[in-house]
Amino acid sequence: MSATPVSVFSIQEFLAEEREKDLLRFSTAGSVDDGKSTLIGRLLYDTQSVYEDQVKSIQGKGTTAPGQIDFALLTDGLRAEREQGITIDVAYRYFSTSRRKFIIADTPGHEQYTRNMATGASTADAAVVLIDASKGVLIQSRRHAYIASLLRVRSVIVAVNKMDLIGYNEATFQAIELDFRRLLEQIAADTGNPVEASFVPVSALAGDNIVHRSQAMPWYKGHSLLELLESLPSSVNTRQAPFRFPVQRVLRPNHMFRGFAGQIGSGTVRPGDTITVLPSGSTAEVQRIVTFDGDLEEAYAPLSVTLVLDREVDISRGDLIVSAQTPAKVAKSIQASLVWMDQRPLLLNRRYLLKHTSQTVPVVLSALHYRTDVGTLSREPAQTLHMNDIGTVSLTVLRPIALDPYGENRATGAFILIDTDTNSTVAAGMITSAGTDDGVGVGSGLVDGWGRVTAGERDARWGHRGGVLEVTGPLELLDAVERSLFSVGVVSCRIDADDDAFILHPSLLEIITRIQFQSGLLALVVRVDESGAAMARTEGEQVTLDATDSNKATAQVHQLLHSAGIFIPSEKAGL
Amino acid sequence: MPVAPSGTSSPPSPANGSSRLSHLRLLEAESIHILREVASEFERPVMLYSIGKDSSVMLRLAQKAFYPAPIPFPLMHIDTGFKFNEMLEFRDRTARSVGAELLVWRNEAAIAAGTNPIKLDTKRCCALLKTGALLDGLRHYNFDAAFGGARRDEEKSRAKERIYSFRDSVGQWDPKNQRPELWNLYNARVHPGESIRVFPLSNWTEMDVWQYIHEEKIPVVDLYFAKERPMYVRGEALLPVEQDFMALPGEKPQLVKCRLRSLGCTPCTGAIRSDAETIPEIIAELLSFRSSERANRVIDHDQEGSMEIKKREGYF
Ligand SMILES: Nc1nc2c(ncn2[C@@H]2O[C@H](COP(=O)(O)OP(=O)(O)O)[C@@H](O)[C@H]2O)c(=O)[nH]1
Ligand SMILES: [Mg+2]
Repeated sequence: MSATPVSVFSIQEFLAEEREKDLLRFSTAGSVDDGKSTLIGRLLYDTQSVYEDQVKSIQGKGTTAPGQIDFALLTDGLRAEREQGITIDVAYRYFSTSRRKFIIADTPGHEQYTRNMATGASTADAAVVLIDASKGVLIQSRRHAYIASLLRVRSVIVAVNKMDLIGYNEATFQAIELDFRRLLEQIAADTGNPVEASFVPVSALAGDNIVHRSQAMPWYKGHSLLELLESLPSSVNTRQAPFRFPVQRVLRPNHMFRGFAGQIGSGTVRPGDTITVLPSGSTAEVQRIVTFDGDLEEAYAPLSVTLVLDREVDISRGDLIVSAQTPAKVAKSIQASLVWMDQRPLLLNRRYLLKHTSQTVPVVLSALHYRTDVGTLSREPAQTLHMNDIGTVSLTVLRPIALDPYGENRATGAFILIDTDTNSTVAAGMITSAGTDDGVGVGSGLVDGWGRVTAGERDARWGHRGGVLEVTGPLELLDAVERSLFSVGVVSCRIDADDDAFILHPSLLEIITRIQFQSGLLALVVRVDESGAAMARTEGEQVTLDATDSNKATAQVHQLLHSAGIFIPSEKAGL
Repeated sequence: MPVAPSGTSSPPSPANGSSRLSHLRLLEAESIHILREVASEFERPVMLYSIGKDSSVMLRLAQKAFYPAPIPFPLMHIDTGFKFNEMLEFRDRTARSVGAELLVWRNEAAIAAGTNPIKLDTKRCCALLKTGALLDGLRHYNFDAAFGGARRDEEKSRAKERIYSFRDSVGQWDPKNQRPELWNLYNARVHPGESIRVFPLSNWTEMDVWQYIHEEKIPVVDLYFAKERPMYVRGEALLPVEQDFMALPGEKPQLVKCRLRSLGCTPCTGAIRSDAETIPEIIAELLSFRSSERANRVIDHDQEGSMEIKKREGYF
């Protein structure tokens, strides 16, 4: 080391200080043109978090008066939005002060992009809601406050912006504060999640009350925006909460070691703790908490660790390890709030995939109880949810999952819904309650219809109709095809055509596949052929498969099922 | 305060015995979660290993994520043929020491044809040697998920990137049609032929990366540290002497104490004058910097929004 002792000493001090810093994630929201981008640009600029070349590249550009920097250009990154002059997607920004590191999720105010607001709020500890002082509380601000509460963002800072446009008038600020506090109370009554709110009058353009307290508003005695951000409680402390550990992966480097890798969702774990594995219910004791840096005597949320148990227990990815004293609920029927995020509206009785903790399970939306009008907070009956709608639904997962209500636990109460056709993420869900009664159909939201189950109902749930698919090829390929169908949720039944039973009773194969076909199953009739040839056939269409490449062959089979109309595009599914 | 040695068995105690975890522990936990999700949900993941500091951190995180099991996917390096020798040596040594499988992919046809940023422009050179090679390599091995070490704080268009960045069957990125990403629930579903780029370091800043390298004692390429090196000096710019075609007629290299702030291809990576010989000194230097880390990269500047255009075409 050739540097002078002085500089080494000070950098060591700096590094020591850095190690003390924690992290606060906050989202920003407001209506278009409330000044979000300007405000963030200003925060970054005034905390020296932007570089000179970045400032240089925006000087003399933008919409502000000559000589005045358009701070919005520091954050409006994509070409499309520079062209249109609007923010169109979530942008993440980073800055730090001597007390804290911050991650900002800058979310747009356009109605059609409100899903991004929920995205930003889902990981946020706090939300900064912008209001244009010259306009008052608009629908987007209401929507954002509602989403912050629904997604359980604890603290909301309401920044009343453009105070310069109204002559820094105190009465207007107070009227807006009063208005908004009343709204927050109504929202809390609806969502059950009260938020703590602070109000600060600012001018993002002029820099008033952003970092430093402003001389222009001597009547305001509170903190600047940045001071508020520095003093908020950081990530909700979940170390005292019940232990929850979704298993992401089983690590088995050799037969001596078997560990369960995951990120602690909540709570604390120590060697010697008794845990329960859900949904199976088996119990064991934690023997070791393994990390690359050595074993730990204690670990807590949100650390990523590997647990070794004291006995052989059947555990796989998707299982939830919980404290034996305070286990999670295991259920198949769930009530939840949904934020719909896709162009295609919600379809009742159609099958989606639900991703929850580390598992993905087929799910049916069995009832839509109501839609909440965020403008009026009224609950309205609805047939469907469109993009940006918020509703309350009943869902039935096709196998039981371990969960907590979202209000108690963000990690085990949140889920997303995925469209099996387009693979889009179509909704964000927050579990409000779950049925303990798991008898399918009994008491769950499923008993909507009556009489014999129809083909249409089966198709809607499974995402495919009945069919017979014959596949010939090497055993490995047949296994791959079956697995690939299974993993997209096809309800199939594998039949080995060379089974002796079919040789003795030649018509048996036809009878069995017909029954399966009529029950909406995909009968998968397989014949092993190790000669190097492979083919698939259904309903008169036949393709030669690439026997050397299982990936390619399975893709060919899926293509075949699409073109034969056995896989149903989701517009046609639903009843 | 002395730097805590890594590799001890004490729990990652929060600062001051308070209930807080430091930001580096939080970022580490998040990244490990992402690495494990991808390894468990995709059939054929690969880690794009570019030899730089971000890749070095990403590789260490992968070791941590699967310990005591080995890293369950290969590393792939896209070699443009314009990488510093120190980089290639470091790459091979590192892969060996972590016990990971290393794949190297080059666009041999373009390299043989003498592609370089002077003959073509930087944009077309990158399209052939980087983006083209990357897409070819991914296709050749049928990878359905590829980790990259990109961070959102690097560049404006990256600030909008998802952690799981969906790419269509020709590897392209559509910034208007990204999947919403909520909580830590990542949507890993792709149709055959489509793929996902995954950025486990999305939420790290350049400062976080250096601090982590320091605390974890992660080896990095020597080129990051200041040393007397022969350089073509053109005003503020220092150009490496590795390629003859870079020299102006009659131009002679000079010995300059300098280092590289980010590692790219030899013709397009400028060095900076620096005395920073240790990681704390690099961090101290970073604190005094007034320009972003990509300012010394030629590619971001040849066109307004050029990174976004490259990303749309399939670049990282
Ligand atoms: N007078 C005034 N104008 C502002 C202020 N903040 C933002 N603006 C202007 O309002 C317009 C919209 O700002 P922008 O940050 O793009 O809003 P966004 O759509 O919420 O991101 C721009 O013309 C800004 O210059 C402020 O505090 N005072
Ligand atoms: Mg904006």
